Amino acid sequence: MLCKIRSALPIIIISLFATSAYADYQFNLQTAATPIATEIYDLHNLILLVCLIIFVIVFGVMFYSLYKHRKSVGHKASQFSHNTKLEIVWTIIPFFILVGMAFPTTQTILRMKNVEGTDMSIKVTGRQWLWEYEYMDAGVKYVSNLATPRDQIDNKADKAEHYLLEVDNPMVVPTGKKVRLLLTASDVIHSWWIPAFGVKQDAIPGFINEAWFQVDKPGIYRGQCAELCGVGHGFMPIVVEAKPQEEYDAWLKEQKVKLAAEAEAATKDYSKDELIKHGEGIFNARCAACHQATGKGIPGVFPPLVEGETFANQDTVKRLTERGFIKDGKIVMGPKDKHLDIVMHGIPGTAMQALGEQMSDLDVAAVITYERNNWGNKAGDMVQPAEVAALRKSKG
Amino acid sequence: MATTTMHDAHHDAHPTGMMRWLTSTNHKDIGTLYLWFSFIMFLFAGGLAMLIRAELFQPGLQFFQPNLFNQFTTMHGLIMIFGAIMPAFVGFANWQVPLMIGAPDMAFPRLNNWSFWLLPAAAILLLSSFVVPGGAAAGGWTMYPPLFIQGGTAYDMTIFAVHLMGLSSIMGSINIITTILNMRTPGMPMMRMPIFVWTWLITAFLLISAMPVLASAVTMLLTDRHFGTYFFNAAGGGDPVMFQHIFWFFGHPEVYIMILPAFGILSSIIPTFSRKPLFGYDSMVYATAAIAVLSFSVWAHHMFTVGMPTASQLFFMYATMLIAIPTGVKVFNWTATMWRGSISFETPMLFAIAVVCLFTIGGFSGLVLAIVPVDIQLQDTYYVVAHFHYVLFSGAAMSIMAGVYYWLPKWTGHMYDETLGKWHFWLTTIAFNVTFFPMHFLGLAGMPRRIPDYALQFAEFNMLQSIGSFVLGASQLLFLYTVIKCVRGGAPAGDRPWEGADSLEWTLSSPPPYHSFETAPAFK
Repeated sequence: MLCKIRSALPIIIISLFATSAYADYQFNLQTAATPIATEIYDLHNLILLVCLIIFVIVFGVMFYSLYKHRKSVGHKASQFSHNTKLEIVWTIIPFFILVGMAFPTTQTILRMKNVEGTDMSIKVTGRQWLWEYEYMDAGVKYVSNLATPRDQIDNKADKAEHYLLEVDNPMVVPTGKKVRLLLTASDVIHSWWIPAFGVKQDAIPGFINEAWFQVDKPGIYRGQCAELCGVGHGFMPIVVEAKPQEEYDAWLKEQKVKLAAEAEAATKDYSKDELIKHGEGIFNARCAACHQATGKGIPGVFPPLVEGETFANQDTVKRLTERGFIKDGKIVMGPKDKHLDIVMHGIPGTAMQALGEQMSDLDVAAVITYERNNWGNKAGDMVQPAEVAALRKSKG
Repeated sequence: MATTTMHDAHHDAHPTGMMRWLTSTNHKDIGTLYLWFSFIMFLFAGGLAMLIRAELFQPGLQFFQPNLFNQFTTMHGLIMIFGAIMPAFVGFANWQVPLMIGAPDMAFPRLNNWSFWLLPAAAILLLSSFVVPGGAAAGGWTMYPPLFIQGGTAYDMTIFAVHLMGLSSIMGSINIITTILNMRTPGMPMMRMPIFVWTWLITAFLLISAMPVLASAVTMLLTDRHFGTYFFNAAGGGDPVMFQHIFWFFGHPEVYIMILPAFGILSSIIPTFSRKPLFGYDSMVYATAAIAVLSFSVWAHHMFTVGMPTASQLFFMYATMLIAIPTGVKVFNWTATMWRGSISFETPMLFAIAVVCLFTIGGFSGLVLAIVPVDIQLQDTYYVVAHFHYVLFSGAAMSIMAGVYYWLPKWTGHMYDETLGKWHFWLTTIAFNVTFFPMHFLGLAGMPRRIPDYALQFAEFNMLQSIGSFVLGASQLLFLYTVIKCVRGGAPAGDRPWEGADSLEWTLSSPPPYHSFETAPAFK
């Protein structure tokens, strides 16, 4: 019976509508890709159906009364105001309907909460505004960022099919395996959500939450952050790619090679132009959400990085003055070691995070070099990956 | 109203002009102040909603950057709840409670004046936070830390505004409770008070229980922000989830604070226009009390995704589902009140019928959201936005409109323009549904709330909703015009413009004398 409800409802409604420009809209939950999501889908349809039946009965009675018992057709009002039997009946019947709903729901909850027998674990860290995935058993760790170009968001380019739902490095999982997620966050609360999996779990700083899923069909599944986390909240999608075990193994191997290459790259020396060029990409992906691509920040909220600009948040001004980045109320390029310290360790008490944990030596070096020599900033100096590595070593 | 003032002047002089309103201790004047204040806030926060819908008209960022967009959503929520809905109901309480129980005024007239005049101060704090560096608070009306701890000066202004509004509500509630318990006309037992008075009595108890909890939560935010405490910072041994528990321990009763007086208004209007007594008065009172008690044990259903143990999820789900029973009793009682009545369809009744239907839709979507596995999918999506607008707009706000049309003839002495009232009703009801019904589909399909830009498959419904919302917004200007027109003139209302109405206020002239029931009226 449940299957029938599932297929009939949306089709009836959709057939009432005409097609339109995108025509991807839908009226019910997304197609389920996991057993739990399927249960949720059926549960929702069942409860919706019960509600619809009650609604039709109650308002059928009411509208019959509104039509038949109108003053304009001369209906005389009777004066009854109590009927104890009726009142007891309509208190008790809903109770049993509710018990009927609670029963299958409780079973689904127990299944959702069962994290026993998982095959692998991925640690998910929500950060303003990207996701970081760490494969606990394989030692692979990387960052997953929005891939939609800024031009599409600003309406300067046509929007691609997966606008705002595409990332550079998706989470990759093997099909048919029970994957456990360990979720946390580094700054504010985020929420990791893939509708097709029936998984939505808050990622909370200082806490580790658990969730699990098992996908049997290979494919790409998309979702978004579901908890307001600041200006980038709408721009930190989640993409999961499910692959057969062999392909997954090959992917894992590739990741390890990539990590080794990054470590190798960090030992080289780079020219200033190389660093600036690499730094621009990193800046736009990681820093521009707050400091803006123009480097001018958002007045009063996120400070500018351009020399000569002013900033009106007194707390932040104090912190930046201490570090040598503001003189006489204007932004100046402070000392290189302080710049490195801010990027690596953040500024406690502000939205500026400790990016050292999240970025490679090369990326840190490049982005600082870019900031010091762009938008008319004329520090002239640069940071090499080796300096970042040395700092890491000295601070442990 | 001018003639009344002059008529009364010879036995009780009171200031005129500005001073009349600033220093007023008269429940009718203060009621009027509350109602106009809430109307202005309603239009302002509605304006913010228009800006939100303009940005969401199409995918991509057209008008506002995300930071400003988040300010709009945050302030829209805060102002609608604390500035529009709650003060409007207090306005009704001020006007109607003394008139309905045959009291000459509220129990503490000076406290009453102070309760009101805190509100403009709070509103100034909130509204002016838009122009401080960094703009207004952008962390959502729920103010969750750690996000709310990141912001600038505006966040502190918001916290202080919430303090002031909370103080105002607590003082107003003390006043209402004292008035109802002590100042009923002789011979009016509790179980024969008009049901509107009952709903407000219970609401007032909810307010004095819930508002201090909110005050403590935002005070802890304030000390976390400035005085080095770590209530909500895990790095210092605190717990960000604790804020959510405390907030929703206030927040869920708050939901009923905004709907119980609405139930009271409906229970006044439906019997009048059905020309029949309210069905099941006693069960109505018990159902209201049951909802109020249950409202304190369901708060964590707002937090099913934070990672609660199974037992907590089950407890809060069962408790939440239980609320459907007393709520259902109310809907059945209203239906039975209409049954075999002699029903006519003036504007207040039209609004009341629409509220019963649409609020029930909101109630059903609430039941869907109570089901934990389904809530996991729908938490923080547009489905939730649809749900709470069905209970707060088509529940609370449209009940307020119904009440305004119902009592406006009493308050002003003039009938409102019935044609304009009906136009306002139909435009509001249709545009409301065009705006909010498709949000159910968007939420089911996976669109998160509080995002300034969205994926392409959500585009059609968003455009439709924006069009609906612009009509909805514009039709509230028609409401404003209709009210002003009625205040300025119109057909004389007579003492009892509605033949089915029988509570005490209808025994007075319209408008009632500045000081009414100076001798206690007879109650049969």
